[in-house]
Parts: sequence; C-alpha cells; structure tokens
Amino acid sequence: MVADLPILSLCVWVPLIGGLWVVFAGSRMSTNAVRNNALFFSVLTFGLTLFLWRDFDNNVAAMQFTEKLSWIAQFDIFYHIGIDGIALPLILLTSFTTVLIVLAGWEVITDRVNQYMGAFLILEGLMIGVFSALDAVLFYVFWEAMLIPMFLIIGIWGGPGRIYATIKFFLYTFLGSVFMLVALLYLYRQTNGSFAIEDMQALLLTLPQQKWIFVAFLLAFAVKVPMWPVHTWLPDAHVEAPTGGSVVLAAVMLKMGGYGFIRFSLPMATDAAASLNGMMIGLSLIAIVYIGFVALAQEDMKKLIAYSSISHMGFVTLGFFICFEIFSETGSWTGAVMGIEGGMVQMVSHGFISAALFLCVGVMYDRVHSRQIGDYGGVVNTMPRFAAFMMLFAMANAGLPGTSGFVGEFLVILSAFKASFWLAFFAATTLVLGAAYTLWMYKRVIFGEVTNAAVKTLEDISMRETAILIALVIPILILGIWPAPLLDMMHVTIAQLVEQLSQSKLP
Amino acid sequence: MQNLCLMIVLAPLVGAVVTGLFGRALGRSGAHWVANIGVAISFFLSLSVFWRIVIEGELTYNDNLYTWLESGGVLFQIGFLIDELSATMMVVVTFVSWMVHIYTIGYMRDDPGYQRFFSYISLFTFSMLMLVMANNFLQLFFGWEAVGLVSYLLIGFWYTRDTAIYANLKAFLVNRVGDFGFLLGIAAIVMYFSSLDYVEVFGNAHNMASIKISIWSGHEWSLLTVVCLLLFVGAMGKSAQVPLHVWLPDSMEGPTPISALIHAATMVTAGIFMVARMSPLFELSTMALSVVLVVGAVTAFSMGLLGLVQNDIKRVVAYSTLSQLGYMTVALGASAYSAAIFHLMTHAFFKALLFLAAGAVIIGMHHEQDMRKMGGLRKYMPITWVTCLVGSLALIGFPGTAGFFSKDAIIEAVHVSTTPGANLGYLACLTGVFITALYSFRLMFLVFYGEPRMDEHTRAHLQETSVVVWGPLVVLAIPSLIIGAIAIEPMLFGDYFGSSIFVDSKNDVLVRINEGYHGVVGFVGHGMLQAPFWLAMAGVFVAWYCYLKRPDIPRRIVERMSIVHRILINKYGFDAFNDRFFAGGARGAGRMLWRVGDVGLIDGIMVNGSAKCVGWWSSVIRHIQSGYLYHYAFAMIIGLLVLLAVFIHGVAG
Amino acid sequence: MLSLAHFLLLGAILFCLSVAGVFINRKNVIILLMCIELMLLAVNMNFVAFSHFNGDIAGQVFVFFILTVAAAEAAIGLAILVVLFRNRNSINVEDLDSMSG
Repeated sequence: MVADLPILSLCVWVPLIGGLWVVFAGSRMSTNAVRNNALFFSVLTFGLTLFLWRDFDNNVAAMQFTEKLSWIAQFDIFYHIGIDGIALPLILLTSFTTVLIVLAGWEVITDRVNQYMGAFLILEGLMIGVFSALDAVLFYVFWEAMLIPMFLIIGIWGGPGRIYATIKFFLYTFLGSVFMLVALLYLYRQTNGSFAIEDMQALLLTLPQQKWIFVAFLLAFAVKVPMWPVHTWLPDAHVEAPTGGSVVLAAVMLKMGGYGFIRFSLPMATDAAASLNGMMIGLSLIAIVYIGFVALAQEDMKKLIAYSSISHMGFVTLGFFICFEIFSETGSWTGAVMGIEGGMVQMVSHGFISAALFLCVGVMYDRVHSRQIGDYGGVVNTMPRFAAFMMLFAMANAGLPGTSGFVGEFLVILSAFKASFWLAFFAATTLVLGAAYTLWMYKRVIFGEVTNAAVKTLEDISMRETAILIALVIPILILGIWPAPLLDMMHVTIAQLVEQLSQSKLP
Repeated sequence: MQNLCLMIVLAPLVGAVVTGLFGRALGRSGAHWVANIGVAISFFLSLSVFWRIVIEGELTYNDNLYTWLESGGVLFQIGFLIDELSATMMVVVTFVSWMVHIYTIGYMRDDPGYQRFFSYISLFTFSMLMLVMANNFLQLFFGWEAVGLVSYLLIGFWYTRDTAIYANLKAFLVNRVGDFGFLLGIAAIVMYFSSLDYVEVFGNAHNMASIKISIWSGHEWSLLTVVCLLLFVGAMGKSAQVPLHVWLPDSMEGPTPISALIHAATMVTAGIFMVARMSPLFELSTMALSVVLVVGAVTAFSMGLLGLVQNDIKRVVAYSTLSQLGYMTVALGASAYSAAIFHLMTHAFFKALLFLAAGAVIIGMHHEQDMRKMGGLRKYMPITWVTCLVGSLALIGFPGTAGFFSKDAIIEAVHVSTTPGANLGYLACLTGVFITALYSFRLMFLVFYGEPRMDEHTRAHLQETSVVVWGPLVVLAIPSLIIGAIAIEPMLFGDYFGSSIFVDSKNDVLVRINEGYHGVVGFVGHGMLQAPFWLAMAGVFVAWYCYLKRPDIPRRIVERMSIVHRILINKYGFDAFNDRFFAGGARGAGRMLWRVGDVGLIDGIMVNGSAKCVGWWSSVIRHIQSGYLYHYAFAMIIGLLVLLAVFIHGVAG
Repeated sequence: MLSLAHFLLLGAILFCLSVAGVFINRKNVIILLMCIELMLLAVNMNFVAFSHFNGDIAGQVFVFFILTVAAAEAAIGLAILVVLFRNRNSINVEDLDSMSG
C-alpha cells in the first residue's frame, strides 16, 4: 500500500502543510499542543524519508520516485520531482535535523511557538523540495522560497543584531540566486523551451557560453556554501540566529551550495568547470587554510563554529573540483570519484557535526545567555555529562578517525594528493588547524577551574537534551566506523556523474 | 583466529564503555573489576596468540574483518595482521597495561574520577591494540589517532589544573603535526599503490623503487624516500623525536600510571613499531634511513642532557624516555629493526617499572615530586627501592639486565652500520650511555640515599605502599632483569620475526654482529670489556661522587657554566620558540586575517562599502526631490516637450 | 471673420498663462487651483472651436463632461485645502514640501 503513494511528494508536502497547520491552527491551541503537533509532523516526515531510503535502489543511476505533472503548460514548466544517490542522503539529513530542531526548541522558545515551529516545518518541506526538484523553475521556486522562513526565523527569534544579519543574509543569497535565474532562463532558450534539468545537462554549449553560465551559477552556489570571499554573511547569521536556525543553516542550507555544484555547475558547464577549476581549487584552499586561521582568533563560540563550517565546506568544493586536476595528472577518472564522494560524505558528516556543535552552544546559551568564550571556563565541573558529549563532537569536528568528520576529509586529502602534493599539503593543514581551534575553544570553555559565578550554578543537561545529543552521536559514530552504506548509496550516481564529466560538452 | 583477535580487541573496549557509561552505577570496585577483567582477558588471549604464532610457528594470520568503504577503485578495509611482530607488541601492550590497571587501583584510590580513569586506560588499550594489530594503513591511522585522543584525555585528566590542560592541548597539537605528515604519506601510498593493505603495498614496493616524483619543480625525489620521510614525520610526533618532542615532558602533568603506560611503555613506541612495520619501504630508501638515524641520534643525546638538570622525579624519567626513544630510532636508522623492537620491549618493562616506582615514591611523599625534598627513602620504602634500582640498572645497561642486551645490541649495530650518519649515531649513543647512567643514578641517590630532606610531617607518614602498588613493581622487575637474556638470541640473531621485518642484505648489521656472538654469557663477558660498560660505570661513579659525596660540586658547576645550565633549563628554547612563533604566530595570523581580511576588506570595503556607495549616491540624488509641486510640474512639462520633440523629429526624419 | 486658428491661438495663450501660473506662483495654493481650472478652460475652448468648425456636436458634449469634472475637482481641491490649512496653518506653496527627499 505504501508503495502506491507518491512518497516523495508526501515528503515535500507533509511538512509544508503541517507547517501551515501549525501556524494557523496553532494560534488557537495551547503551547504544548503546538509542540506536539510540530513534533508529530516532523517525525512523520522523517518516517516518510526512511521509507524512501528503504525503497531506494542503490544500483540504479537514473532518478527514482519520479513524479511529473504539468504545472504551467504555456512555458512547459512541470511539477517534476525525483531523487538519486546524491539527493537521498541530503533529504535524510534534512528530515533528521528537523526533528532535532523541534525538540531543541521545546522549552526554550516560549514566544510565538506556533510560528517558530511552523516556520521550521515549512522550511523543511522547501528544502526537501530543492533536493528533489527536477524542473529548473520548480527548483528555483523552492530555492527562493526557502529564504523566507529562514529570514523570519533569524529576524524574529534572533539576537540583538538580527536586523543587520538578516539583511546581509538575504541580500547575499538573493544577489547570487538572481544570476542563477538568468542562467536558467538562458538555458531554457538554448534547450528550445525546456526547463527539465536533464535536458539542460544534455545541452551542448560553446566554451564562452559555458563560462558565463558557470559564473552565474557560481555566484548563487558559492554564497550558499559559502566560499571565500562571499562567506561573511554566515558568521553574522549564525551569531544572531536562534539555536534551531543555526542548526538548520549549518546542517542543511550550506549543503544547498554543494548540491547545486554537483547538480548544475558540473554537469551543465563541464568544460568551463574544467578550465576554471584552478580558481575553484584556489578558493577552496583559501577557505580551508585562511578560514582555519580566522577561526582561531574568534572569541564568540558560534562565530568560531561558523568559521569552522566554512573551513570544512572548503573540503566539499575541493573534492568536487579536484576531479579535473586528477584527470589531467593521472589520466584516469576513477581517482576523481574519490574526491567527489569525499565531498559528499563531508557534506553529510558536517551536517551532523555542525548541528551537534551548535546545539551544544545552544545548551550553554540557554543557561548562561552568553556566547563569549571568556564567559565560560570549567563547565565540566558542573556539567560533566554535557562535557563528555561536547568532547566527542569537538573531536569529530577535528576529524578524529572513528568519527564521521574523518571520512570526508580523508578521502578528499587522498584524492588531492593525486592531483598534486601541494594541494594535499595545504588541505591537510586542517588536521592541525582544525584541532587547534576546536580544542582550544573546548579547553577554554569546558576545562579549568570555575571562575565565573554563572558557571558555578549550571545544571547538567536534561533528559530531553541528552536524547538530542545521543541522537547525533549515533550517526557520527556509525558513519565513522562504517561509512560503506552511505558510500554505496551514491556510488552509481557519482559514477554516472563522472561519466558525464569525462565527456566534453562543446558542440 | 578472527574471533580470538576480536575478543582481544573488544574486551578492553567493552571494559571502557561499561566503566565509562555506567561507572556511577558500578561503583568504584565494580569499575576496577570490569576494567581489569577486560584487560586480563586481552592479555591471556594475547599470550595464546603469541604462543601459536611465535612458539608453535603457526602461519601469519592476515584477514579482513569488513570493508570500511570503497571509493575510486580503492578498498578501505578493517582487518588484522598477526605475525611475530604484532604478537610481540600485543603481549607487551596488554601486559604493561594490565599491570598499570592493577597499580591504578592503589594510585588513584582517593581520586573522584576513578571510574573515568579506568574507562580511559581501557580505551587506550583498545586503541593501542587496534594500532598494532592493523593489517592496513587506515586502521593504523585510526589506532594512531585514537591513542592520541586517549593520551589527550589522560594528560588533562585533572582538568582543573591549568598546566594539565595546557599540556594536553600541546600534546594533541604536536602529535597532529606529526599526523599531518603521516596522512600525507598514506595519501602518497594510496596514489601509487592504489591499496592500503600492508601485504599488497610491501609486495609492490620493489616495483616502485625507481619512481621519481617532483615536489619542487626541478628536484626529483625517489617516491619511496618521500613516502618514508612523510611517514617518519608521524613517527617523530608520536615517538617524540626532536623537534616534535616538546609534548612529552609536559605530558607528565597526567597521573603517574598513564605516564608509565602511555608516555613510556606503549604509545610513544608506536612510532618505532610503525617504522619497523614499514621496514620493506624504509629499506629501499637509504636517504630516509639516514634521516631516521640522525634524528634519533640527536634525540638520544640532547634529551639525555636535559635529564641532568631536572628536579621533578617524573620529568627525569620522562627525559630518559625521550633519550631511549632516540636509541630505538637510531637502531631503526641502522636497519636493526629487531634490535629496536627488542629495546622497545625491554624498555617497556623497565621504564614502566621506573615510572610506577616514581609513582610509588610520589604516593609515599604525599604528592611531592621534587627530588630535592626527598632523600633516604631506602629505609622507608624498601621494595620500591629495590625495584627502582633494578629498573635503573636495566636502564643504564648493567651487564645481565634486560637493558644491557638491547642497548648493547643497538650500539653494536650502529657501530657496524654503513648508513650515512652512522658515525654520528655511534658517538651520540656512546656519550648517551654516560649521560644515562649519570642522571639515572642522580635520581637514585637523590631519592633513596643520603639524608632525608623532607619535612617532619611527611617523614612521619612515610611507609611502603599497598600491595596493589608494589605488586606490579615486582612483577615488572622480573622481566626487566631476565627478558633480555631470554630473548636476545631468538630476537636478534634467530628467525624470530620471520617475514614480519624485512632487511636488505646490504644493510643487515645484525648478521655482522652475529659473527662475533657466542651465546648469552659470551655477550655479557664481551660487553664488560667494551666502552659502553665503562662509560656507564663512570656515569654511576660521577653521580655518586657529585650527589652523595660532594653535593657542592654540581652547584659549583652550575655557577661556572651558567650559560649551559640556562640553555638546558630552558630545554634549548624549543618551548619558548614554539609558544612565540607557532602558537603566538598562528593566533596573530588568525587575528590579522580576520580583522584585515574579513572585517576590513570583505565586510568593510566590499559589503558595507557597496552599501555605503549606494547610500551616498542616493543622498546626492535626493536633492532633486525638492517636494515643491511646481518643480514637479515643470519637470513634467519639460519632459513632455522633449518627448514631443523626439517624436516629431522621428516622424519628420 | 474669425478663423479656427484664432480660437486655437486663444486656447494656447490661455493654456500657457495657466502653466506659467503653476510655475511662477509660489504663494497661494488657491491660485494654483485656479490655474488648473484655467487649463481646463483652454482645453474646452479648443473643443468648442473644433466642434463648431467641424460641425460635430460631440466636442461640445465633451465640454460639459469636463466642466462637471472641473467642478467636482474644485470642490475636492478646496476641501483638501481646508484640511491642509487646518493641519499646517498655511496654504503657502513653499511650505508644502513634505515630499522632499
């Protein structure tokens, strides 16, 4: 019976409608009922995505669970969705983090609970929509619509500087996506009136055309990732966002950029990507090294983790764009697979780890109402259980083998070496830098004598918080000890992608 | 065999998880029972593995457990390789670890973090076993980092002490610098061998010997040299070789049992083990061997000197560990891998013994570690005294003790080695012997002999420690005495290691020594006529003369040679340099990049700059908007006229 | 005999006068309103002239419409003026610059 339902559509629309229900019907419910409703819808969506996972066939490269309905017939725009091995892990990540966010905001958010919960559910539906859209217009609509709930989440429940942060966030992302729209419209003309992503990928274009398209996409996706130098919105947005906002921003929204690269830039402008890959690799390395140093200088925990996110996302773009370099060095495309898969694993793993770290900061913020490292110190004395969890997450962030943080970095460094020793050298500096900024923060916040009165009265984490953190420990450890299932999910899809990359798109 | 291996590895892990998660429910004694049983199981099973592989000569076991992942045509697997080398390491690791577990019951008796401590050291045993039992580089790296993690946790065990949490961060970061090289080495192996499996990589090594790679354009390097040097950077981090040694002395901030277990007997020898394991690669690169030898020689000599000026009992032993690790590294460089592993094994026993004895002294002295406040402890703590004496004799290589055989073998091996730099290594080792004897017996004399210098209160309570503390000392003292005589023949000159260590025949120094070897007794007799023995005796004599007979001499030497003394006290300035240059430099660079790059250039000029630009332009343009109706009407009319003109012009033209 | 050109000329002069009145007058909003009325009258003049010379009655019908609208406009304009005066105590044109940027 389940098989007959349009599960993928349900995954998109259940949270959307659930979110609207929570917003509108929730205004007349008690706060607790709102929370329960929101939890119900988020868990339901997570369950639905698990069904997707169960029925997903790892051995098929084509899109699965496809649905196609006419939407705007005059312009050949379709409601066309489907997923492959690249989208599925990200969808699972999205629905998983939303459950955690609902739980994380349970007692903390007391103001306009229905709107808060509703915004996250709507956001979830839109994000799943982005990952599953196969029609460029549908993709664009989801992509832009996603900004609205996020804008509201930071703008309403954010910190004191939220207005500056939201405007910066909105303008940055909007500026980028406008260029994407132009590129999509241009491609629409070139395909003789088709918005299907598949048709756009099959299109042959001259090198200058490809370069223009690549740059237009780059502006949209680089802002989302974010890549240096268009990253400065992220620390501000994180600092001002409520915990849930930071979690969804770091765990899922940043992945939109990486997903865009792998779905649009690489297959649609292959030759441009190959000729501009030096720039992309350079920017990725700057993100890894430069931002690593910048993270070291931060005094605000959220800012530090935000910068560490940028640095880690540098591995994603490095892994994606290194494939051309590997090909020109070794003459074979099999090595390139490792970089792309490493980037994908890094995205998923970073989703869990950064979510966990932001939740940890949230736990402390809820108690002390400060994010400054200097306001803490000796937290382990009063919150030993919390300290143990945070130790694990900090180590995962530093890329310790056995945690998921290691897998992606490891694969990307291995493949970077195939391209050039020096690429691997600079990428591997994260081993030292990542450990330095994460553990130095950990040392200053958690270890030491209690010097602050506020820390002295801290209470250890509640059952609810423990449950959330355990829920994150599990995937982090499993992915670290046995990442093969995740890799198996995407092998065929990435093999097909690499196949596409190996063929020139020039007419 | 697979189940056996799994049991060996998982027993301590289960112990760690149970004591870690349910420590409070188990209570203190429950926790130490669980942890001890876990490690004991591991030890006895390791013994049986050792029996089957080494004594009965069963074939090497090499099998994969599961596929970690597969990507880009490379299989990443988790599995075990049990040969003579790993079996030896397993027994050493589990034995020392078990002894330390028992000792901990006494040492940590009053500590509030009792269960946590057991959890950590069991976790350490698990990680170390993963490291030595690995059959591939991935798992090696996993174990490598995991022992680093546990070391980090344990150095910072007393997390309220500023020095401890400084030291553990430093230890982790310095190790990470080493791992940085190690990881690059692994990456190079994956690139050229397309495999991480030891057997495959070693099997292909010969075919790779002629490959040259270019790192700087114009400079061709042999691939294997690059790989070996990168891997050795990892070994330098973990085995604390100059200049990555700086973390080890500071790691003494941790509780004494872990100084014995991790920072003397097992973890720090991981680098030695790794190089021995990689012998098929190192043998193909003379340059790498030469670098290994020189680094080892520098460490052996310079770190020993530092032991002379330390007053903290644990730090003296720590510097002696550094120096001994230098010896092992020298042996590796001279291609005497079996001698290095032999010394590793004997050192594990006697250095663990020395540390635990130092710990016993510290317990007796109520956590006083300054040797200047001790003295005459012989009468109060006789068992500790005897065992410590055994350890010291083994350390200085007194004929017949375990250390004598292994150290003499190394010195001999370096002597006959033809690796470039072997002369320097030989010189460093010889002077090292004198220095070792000097600081070891300085410690002995200052702590156990002479007049008691502690305060009345401490002396009144001074007594031998409980049985869980001195028991392990006695158990460790036995192998410290006899293991050398038992193991020298098979290990160095027999076929003990089989195929697990590969030595190129042109480098095989041990064969050359073997020609002059006639049994254990002959070796001892021969050793007593050689320079090292007399140097050691001279060291003991000088220590006796300077610290018991004429305690004013050292003071006068210090006054006379204050510059040298200051250099030694400042540890050659490594710490100051690292603090200022690397730590300070990185923080400064971070702050600068952030303030100038992010805040100044990107946010200031690009983001807010463009916003300001828009603002400025609108402030200019708003002056047109006067608000007067007649201005607008005027503009309308003018506009109308202009349009009309254009229109008429268009129609007419 | 008066030709069409004369009437159109008159209309144009009236219109220009009213436009000049709008521009040059800076004192009184009521004069502004009167100028606008004058503008409409100039237009009406043209309508009537064309209607007469073309023999088409529709032009004159239009004039009635315009007159009606002008009356309504004057009423509303004066009403606005009253409110304006009540709020600002002035009907001086130079004071009315709340749209200024």
